[in-house]
Amino acid sequence: MSTVVDITGTDEPLVIAGRALRSRLMVGTGKYRSNQEMVDAIEASGAEVVTVAVRRVDLDRANEEGVLHHLDTQRYLLLPNTAGCYTAQDAIRYARLARAAGFTDWVKLEVIGDQETLLPDAGATIEAARELVSDGFKVLAYTNDDLISALRLEDAGCAAVMPLASPIGSGLGLMNPFNIRTIKSRLEVPVIVDAGVGTASDAAVTMEQGVDGILMNTALAEAQEPVRMARAMGLATEAGRLAYLAGRMPRRERAVPSSPTRGMLS
Amino acid sequence: MAEIRIQVNGEPKDVADGLNIEELLRSLDLQPRMIVVEHNGDILRRERYAEVLVGSGDSLELVQFVGGG
Repeated sequence: MSTVVDITGTDEPLVIAGRALRSRLMVGTGKYRSNQEMVDAIEASGAEVVTVAVRRVDLDRANEEGVLHHLDTQRYLLLPNTAGCYTAQDAIRYARLARAAGFTDWVKLEVIGDQETLLPDAGATIEAARELVSDGFKVLAYTNDDLISALRLEDAGCAAVMPLASPIGSGLGLMNPFNIRTIKSRLEVPVIVDAGVGTASDAAVTMEQGVDGILMNTALAEAQEPVRMARAMGLATEAGRLAYLAGRMPRRERAVPSSPTRGMLS
Repeated sequence: MAEIRIQVNGEPKDVADGLNIEELLRSLDLQPRMIVVEHNGDILRRERYAEVLVGSGDSLELVQFVGGG
């Protein structure tokens, strides 16, 4: 007789700023070939949190570009970003504009320090985080895979800290698992790895480090088939999470047979 | 009908005199609930779109959510 093992409930929801999320994958809305492909990919990913950017309206293309014309805001929790900002003051301005849209007081804070690598400016990010937290924002802060800046962002009152796996849009995967594990081991707020994941195995490896979630955009939007990749990423994120919770077998530099060595025929 | 010159997203624009923000947005084919307005550097709460008038020389930033990561 076979027993069906109930594996539901083997993980707890991810809680950020008091909000419980079933999916540990968050996705962006940029760079898709079409709005329909974006909508379909987000649905296939299973994500509940969806990032958006704040930009000037192009008066000729407002309805096409405006992501709210395409996305069901009842279904997804919008996470506006401050992408493209190079100073704390700019990021604060973008965050306030985003909040004025009336959907959320969450913000994915990004302050970029270098145009070529798009690496974050930790000092300016911390400065902006302090101001936004005191202004009532729930700040999810993008940062380097650096323990000290992550600790400072937590001290600043961020609701989550989001170290990079590798540079934005690079698809290079998790460059420094040790740093990510170190950050996760020292922070109390959720750690969401943001940027750099390229394919499903990257997502699984990242989640196997024990982090609370992953945020990605380009890996889906620039896949040959975004919808299929979105499904793969959803599965990989969950698989990596479950593997982390399950605890992997020890690594050994020798073979150990899986079948009995006794009872062989003479 | 008299026109006034304003700045919209950094570009000069001539619009009818006497419009409020909501009317201006509609005249530009924009849905007010989709747009956030910065009026002369101050973010305008949406409830005020219908009461704030656009004046000559005003600078408006009209922003919305677009795709991003």
